[in-house]
Amino acid sequence: MEYTILILALPVLSFLILGLTGMYMKHRVAGLIGTLSLTGVTVLSYLTAFEYFTVPRTAEGVFQTLIPWNFQWLPFNTSLHIDMGILLDPISVMMLVVISTVSLMVHIYSFGYMKGEVGFQRYYAFLSLFSFSMLGLVLATNIFQMYVFWELVGVSSYLLIGFYYTKPEAIAASKKAFIVTRFADLGFLIGILIYGFYMGTFTFTPEQEQLVKCGMMLPLALGLMFIGGAGKSAMFPLHIWLPDAMEGPTPVSALIHAATMVVAGVYLVARMFPLFIGYAPETLHIVAYVGAFTAFYAASVACAQSDIKRVLAFSTISQIGFMMVALGVCTTANPHEGGLGYMAGMFHLFTHAMFKALLFLGAGCIIHAVHSNEMSTMGGLRKYMPITHITFLIACLAIAGIPPFSGFFSKDEILTACFQFSPIMGWIMTIIAGMTAFYMFRLYYGIFWGTENKELHAHHTPHESPLSMTFPLMVLAVITIVCGWILPFGHFVSANGHAYDIHLNVQVAITSIVVALIAIALATWMYARDKQPVAEMLAKRFATLHRAAYKRFYMDEIWLFVTKKIIFRCISTPLAWFDRHVIDQFMNFMAWSTNAAGESAQPLQNGKIQSYTMWFLGGIIVLTVMLLVL
Amino acid sequence: MNILSLFVLVPLLMLLGLWIARNLNQVRGVMVAGSSILLVLAAYLTVSYIGLRNGGATEEMLFTDSITWYAPLHIAYSVGVDGISVVMLLLSAIIVFTGTFASWKLKPLTKEYFMWFTLLSTGVFGFFISTDLFTMFMFYEVALIPMYLLIGVWGSGRKEYSAMKLTLMLMGGSAFLLIGILGIYYGAGAETMNILEIVKHQIPTEIQRIFFPLVFLGFGVLGALFPFHTWSPDGHASAPTAVSMLHAGVLMKLGGYGCFRVAMYLMPTGTAIWGDFFLILTTISVVYGAFSAVVQTDLKYINAYSSVSHCGLVLFALLMATRVSATGAILQMLSHGLMTALFFALIGMIYGRTHTRDIRQLSGLMKIMPFLAVGYVIAGLANLGLPGLSGFIAEMTVFVGSFEHTDIFHRTCTIIATTSIVITAVYILRVVGKILYGTCKNPEHLKLTDATWDERLAVICLIVAVAGLGLAPYWVSNVISNSVEPIISQLIH
Amino acid sequence: MEIHVIHYLVVSTIMMFCGIYGFFTRKNLLALLISIELMLNATNINFAVFNRYLFQGQLEGHFFTLFGIAIAAAETAIAIAIIINVYRNVKQILTDDITDLKG
Repeated sequence: MEYTILILALPVLSFLILGLTGMYMKHRVAGLIGTLSLTGVTVLSYLTAFEYFTVPRTAEGVFQTLIPWNFQWLPFNTSLHIDMGILLDPISVMMLVVISTVSLMVHIYSFGYMKGEVGFQRYYAFLSLFSFSMLGLVLATNIFQMYVFWELVGVSSYLLIGFYYTKPEAIAASKKAFIVTRFADLGFLIGILIYGFYMGTFTFTPEQEQLVKCGMMLPLALGLMFIGGAGKSAMFPLHIWLPDAMEGPTPVSALIHAATMVVAGVYLVARMFPLFIGYAPETLHIVAYVGAFTAFYAASVACAQSDIKRVLAFSTISQIGFMMVALGVCTTANPHEGGLGYMAGMFHLFTHAMFKALLFLGAGCIIHAVHSNEMSTMGGLRKYMPITHITFLIACLAIAGIPPFSGFFSKDEILTACFQFSPIMGWIMTIIAGMTAFYMFRLYYGIFWGTENKELHAHHTPHESPLSMTFPLMVLAVITIVCGWILPFGHFVSANGHAYDIHLNVQVAITSIVVALIAIALATWMYARDKQPVAEMLAKRFATLHRAAYKRFYMDEIWLFVTKKIIFRCISTPLAWFDRHVIDQFMNFMAWSTNAAGESAQPLQNGKIQSYTMWFLGGIIVLTVMLLVL
Repeated sequence: MNILSLFVLVPLLMLLGLWIARNLNQVRGVMVAGSSILLVLAAYLTVSYIGLRNGGATEEMLFTDSITWYAPLHIAYSVGVDGISVVMLLLSAIIVFTGTFASWKLKPLTKEYFMWFTLLSTGVFGFFISTDLFTMFMFYEVALIPMYLLIGVWGSGRKEYSAMKLTLMLMGGSAFLLIGILGIYYGAGAETMNILEIVKHQIPTEIQRIFFPLVFLGFGVLGALFPFHTWSPDGHASAPTAVSMLHAGVLMKLGGYGCFRVAMYLMPTGTAIWGDFFLILTTISVVYGAFSAVVQTDLKYINAYSSVSHCGLVLFALLMATRVSATGAILQMLSHGLMTALFFALIGMIYGRTHTRDIRQLSGLMKIMPFLAVGYVIAGLANLGLPGLSGFIAEMTVFVGSFEHTDIFHRTCTIIATTSIVITAVYILRVVGKILYGTCKNPEHLKLTDATWDERLAVICLIVAVAGLGLAPYWVSNVISNSVEPIISQLIH
Repeated sequence: MEIHVIHYLVVSTIMMFCGIYGFFTRKNLLALLISIELMLNATNINFAVFNRYLFQGQLEGHFFTLFGIAIAAAETAIAIAIIINVYRNVKQILTDDITDLKG
């Protein structure tokens, strides 16, 4: 399957073309180049997936891991070297499909959304760069290649968040996103260093004897890598960059900050899953707890936000928490007894990418129509934008976990896995799923029903978006509707590679549906009508709580305190002062003292013959005395 | 004639040409011709070096030659190169070439400026080809002295003060160095000044104990070793663009190169005795430089402190003394040389237009001078270690190499040093956000123009080099790694 | 009373130290010149005396004395010329005040 190299080559080519000559191109041409290359990537990805999954399984009943390309990029020593290559296995092929689909939709969508924007070509160049990096990340043959592309997606995200570089908020957000994830990547890097040193390799499959020998170092390495993953996947407390990242163009949020890049952390854990499950099950449980707490935290914050993209951002954080939990609750590699979570997490990653991209693109249409992110400028939009309304509703139902939409199936598997792990975890996650349904429908009603901002709409009537924008919505909506029950996901991806038939756990399914329906009903009761007395009353009654949730429980303030006060005020400023006033002054003092010594010797050379002769005479006398005495 | 001698001869001929030159065009002509010849020479040398190595040449140094100068002290003009010197020569040639274009419009006294500039490059090239301690020291001094005039006459700001400070501190270092070199000479039996010969003699442990720190400090001052780095911010801030480029890009590398080739190679026992002490100093350099850069407001100060941090990493990696880390150190020298030259070139170009380097007074330059701004972003990304640009491969090689030590002390130092990559991101993005993004608040700046052709040429050359090294590091890394081997094996035994 | 070599030497020593004293203490250039003459003549006396008493029949000391007188005369002529010129330019012949050439 050598043609897979084209999957990486096409986007990088279009990045170079657009980056170097884009400014001389017409918008349409630049957009076409980007979209065409991505179409090529999508076709190739589907072809790869088709070919990969139709090849018969090996004797052990798993899909073969293929490495069609691999070459040494940077040698360190005989055993350690960074390779660049392409690795095809079930999850990387699955990711290929996800990334190329969403990316293509976003490329098409951006034609309409970014129409006439300054820097249209630059935008497409960055999108290509991002697609290249993200594809490289999932296709990585070794952990270091993954880190290389990990950094590249970080920087493409930085560039795209800061796309509107004249907006101060966008600059701050892009900076924050990069630095927070960089901070997490430090953990990732140290993890890789430990891993490489003790395993003697950067590949994902170290020698058995090294694995046995390394003791506590492997769990440590995997834990540190998880910190990197947590940074990229916005796990608490490293999540603070994601809501701010919404300053970027909305299609970018859909692609990077909802569907693909933010799940890189999940992908990382899944990639290292055999090692986690075999040698560091405790670390895996930490992953589960962090994921669960993040899911809960983000869901509660999402209930109080008023910016629609922020709501979606927190919902993304929460859903990624679900995936992490799913991976974390695995206790064995056998999907029939405790290893279900792996499949569930990956399945949820797949479905979530589709419906979350759909939600963001829908949000983009809405923002395009009302020119604002604030819910207060919306309300009652269902009359004006029917397609957006229907597709948005489909996505909301999917994320809330209502059958037959895809989210129901994946979420149900996750909950089943949680219940297998422990009933407490199961119930907690069920409640969070209920919260998800609640805040999503709060959002839905706030946009399409609820109190209409008639004054604003009279002034500027919202309108349905052009076909280039609605077409991706429809495609993604169709995928969201069907992929849950058409796709035999367990056949492709499971913890031990064997085919697994997804079967609904009726008890869990009914519980979760009931919880979701109650939450939706609650949201309908509170937010669907024109007047919303209950919501206002609640907000007033629990003013402190509401305010804290609106302020995201002050996490940003805490981080700001750490960076501004501690790093700037308490470390850097004193250090800079110390450098200028102590070390430098010491050097100056040395120069000064040399100077002073010279000055003090200078009177001897005063140019007066008389004093010279005085010294001369004194010298003679001393010499004479010495001569006489000795 | 030996091809290496051309590296000294060509600059000397350029000096002659500059002396004869009658007008500005002739001066420029001489400079462009000379620096292009040097660049071609360096490229040719690299290719033929690799060719010879692939052909099975196993000597430690190739292209060796020796002519006695002063027999009683065994001083000879001995030359020879291994992979380390080859890449350093290539780096110097690139920077001299781009530096010429970066000072295209320099006034006044253009001719004199280029004469000193060329003399400085003579010293640099001579240093890298020498294998004789005394000749090396002589070229080292030749490279240092012109700096005083270049900063003092053509600089900006507190130029006299900075020039004096820089020269005095570096001269102080070379005083130590001279004592150290004599110590090595007599310690090795006073029979030869040639490094390749000395290394065959066993220098007594007591001598190494005393003279290792002298030599290491002597070169370390030039490599901005904490706490002897304070010349760097002032010196860089006052120096004219091309001098900053050459100084940070190449001259600071003389320090690291000398530490490795002279101090560590000839005195392995001394390295073992003093290694941990200096390792602490370099670890401090790495983190300290990065943190200090965070709060600076002058673009050149930021870059100077960042150089302290990155050059600290060079010495840090050398002292880690594993094959991989030493390879990383040389790669870091190469990469830092290229990217910091790019940085200083861009800062100089921005300063030439706006007449300020204060980041509080600059904003929104992306709209006004997109070419320079994009160049600045690329330089910044290289600096913070973006894969695909040179900084990444160097840093990763250093960290992987340093991690080969299993004891707590080295591990701790390594982990402290790795934190610098986060701090680097902080200060780079802070600057990029402040000066390039946003809207321009100064109406004066709106009228400014983007880069001219000579500036574009310089910037593009450096970007290509940075990206080339970052994208295809295999051969460079291999060449360096093979040449590092004999030095490192010396250290381990 | 016979005049012995010691008497001459006493005179010359007194002259010598007068000269040295004068050279150290005086600020006036002319006084300095006179002091130098005193010292020179003290040595001249010594030359003549030692030749007369210790090396009779030889003439080196006397010749040296003659040379010394001649050089002293030349030196005085030049010095006076310089001093006069200095005085013309600076209107001053005190050493402390002539500092124009000092760095």
